[in-house]
Amino acid sequence: MEMQERNKRYNDYVNARIPKTHAWPTLLRAFWVGGVICMIGQGITDGLAAIFPAMPKLAIASYTSIILVFIASFLTGIGVYDRIGAYAGGGSIVPITGFSNSITSPAMEFRSEGLIFGLCVKMFTIAGPVIVIGVLASAFVGLIYLFI
Amino acid sequence: MGKEKKNQTIKFKHPPKIIGNYAIVGPKEGEGTFKDYFDYVVQNDNFGEDTYEKAERKMLEHAIMGAADKAGISTKDIDVLLCGDLLNQIISSSYAARSFDLCYLGVFGACSTMALSLAMGSAFIDAGHFQNIACATSSHFSSAERQFRYPLELGNQRPPTAQWTATAAGCSILSSEGDGPIITSATFGKVIDFDICDVNNMGAAMAPAAMSTMLAHFRDTNTTPDDYDLIVTGDLGKLGSEILIDLMEEEGIKLGINYCDCGQMMFKHDQNVFMGGSGCGCSASVLNSFILRKIREGVYKKVLFMATGALLSPTSCQQGESIPGVAHAVVIEKGE
Repeated sequence: MEMQERNKRYNDYVNARIPKTHAWPTLLRAFWVGGVICMIGQGITDGLAAIFPAMPKLAIASYTSIILVFIASFLTGIGVYDRIGAYAGGGSIVPITGFSNSITSPAMEFRSEGLIFGLCVKMFTIAGPVIVIGVLASAFVGLIYLFI
Repeated sequence: MGKEKKNQTIKFKHPPKIIGNYAIVGPKEGEGTFKDYFDYVVQNDNFGEDTYEKAERKMLEHAIMGAADKAGISTKDIDVLLCGDLLNQIISSSYAARSFDLCYLGVFGACSTMALSLAMGSAFIDAGHFQNIACATSSHFSSAERQFRYPLELGNQRPPTAQWTATAAGCSILSSEGDGPIITSATFGKVIDFDICDVNNMGAAMAPAAMSTMLAHFRDTNTTPDDYDLIVTGDLGKLGSEILIDLMEEEGIKLGINYCDCGQMMFKHDQNVFMGGSGCGCSASVLNSFILRKIREGVYKKVLFMATGALLSPTSCQQGESIPGVAHAVVIEKGE
């Protein structure tokens, strides 16, 4: 009992001492980097629509995603994306480029443990939960859609 | 538990001498505060190897050979190697020991390994069992990061309480003969847990253990902080060392200007490491470069070196366990 009280007091004390992240600068950086990434995406979409006027909208959207994923993966490979991430935080994690980074980075990291058990297995250590929850959520929404 | 406090300190009757010491660090550490003191600064994180684990091992081998060289002995003259690191099953140490023809005792005290191995080695020599003992430890930012945290290239942000695992290795050669700073006493620490669960706040998790060992040391040796020219903790970092000062003050002991922390000092402010350095190599490289050199030069005559370790594993954290800490201390004096 005495121990619990001591630990609680210590935890309260530590929490009061922890330096806090400043919300406004963090938000601002996330906003402008995230915004720029989305603008690049929009630019790619508009560019594709201008070059290939016959292409259906859905195909343009898919190509845009593919190109953004490639760019982020490439930037991860040359060691730039983690710096963007360290600066922008959520701004570069939330767009599809962040998803690309979260798959490419463990794939690079664990290449040394072999192609199967290193690269292939560890590739989804970070993105795995996102995929699982994404699939489950879409199935759930699909069920609701079926009944209404 | 009885009221009577158990003795945790050994006073050495035949104090072992540190006849050789060597510190090797990575490129980022080599730009830090102690850049002019390290024996060798690695130019590239992978040190010419194809994996970071091999790089860490190679740094450790370098440190052991370098320390033996500076002590003026061959690695064949070393009787025992006391060595530990942060990787699972302390592979850096064991694999590095494979390169040498000597007895190997793997020790694990997380980041407290340097003080732990010095304390154990000193006890062996004091008892007259061995003549030369090498005490070494290493850590590598990239190999620790992939074991404990995220891939290097992942674009995430580190919380403001995070510390930076130092890429560094250090080795001290203890001997019953020869010249050098002497180790006069050692205090072994208890495992202390104040229920901190935040893996990004190691300083706060280890500070109570540091307090416990420090109190035991001052009690057992009848000394006060003023009796030391320098009291240095391993890798509590900025926040952890401030917490330690507060905790000690609560216990009635004031840590003054002679107190500092290797982790906090290791990097410069503009190196973006938040609370400072951590890892076995952090305290090992600072001790084996700056501190021992200053003791040899006579700037410091009596130093209390206390390394702190957080005894966690990724599994224990994921299962929601709190982080126990441990701290061990040795007193290093200039000697005659």
